[in-house]
Amino acid sequence: MHLKIQYYAILREQSGHSEESIQTTAATPQDLYAELRIRCAFTLRHEQLKVAVNGEFAEWSLALKEGDVVVFIPPVAGG
Amino acid sequence: MLFRFTTSAIDTDSARRELLDVSAGGYASFEGWVRDYNEGQEVLRLEYEAFEALAVKEGERIIEQASLQYPIKRALCIHRVGNLNLGEIAVWVGVCAVHRGAAFDACRHIIDAVKHRVPIWKKEHYRNGDSGWVNCEHCAAAALTP
Repeated sequence: MHLKIQYYAILREQSGHSEESIQTTAATPQDLYAELRIRCAFTLRHEQLKVAVNGEFAEWSLALKEGDVVVFIPPVAGG
Repeated sequence: MLFRFTTSAIDTDSARRELLDVSAGGYASFEGWVRDYNEGQEVLRLEYEAFEALAVKEGERIIEQASLQYPIKRALCIHRVGNLNLGEIAVWVGVCAVHRGAAFDACRHIIDAVKHRVPIWKKEHYRNGDSGWVNCEHCAAAALTP
């Protein structure tokens, strides 16, 4: 299936772009991050992140669907 | 809107005026400032980045929850994004209430929750030429150790 992925902060820098469309067989955000972590050499483990799908926080075990927009959220530091 | 981002300097007088309410007897505010030193490093400037669509939703949820938890009249939070210099205001929170206690408590609650929950990231640029994403570099280094 095709997914859109948006990257912020340290993940944007490590991946080299702020968004991309990919073709993947990853069934969940956890599978997807594992795939991307190898390809982009992300230093953070998924346990250190949160994930959002289609603009709302989601579970790592959510079943991804064609066209979903996925954002991995590194540890935050507002304020 | 209860929570918003701005790319320009936060106008605290104007933000405060948005909260004016004749039924309120007290007002409390908090300003987060860009500091020149963090965790042993001399900081020259900061860069803030946000996942704005979700950050605004989460920021508004924080303020709505604070409004249920404390007897306040109005609350507002404004966060900067982009490049900030030392001494600039990175975040502003204002709350008004019938009595001061709720205004202080809700203001503290909102800034603590914003720092903890809202998808905003801060990159520090140091005098020695290095830079780093706060809360990300140390835990990333820890993740690499077996």
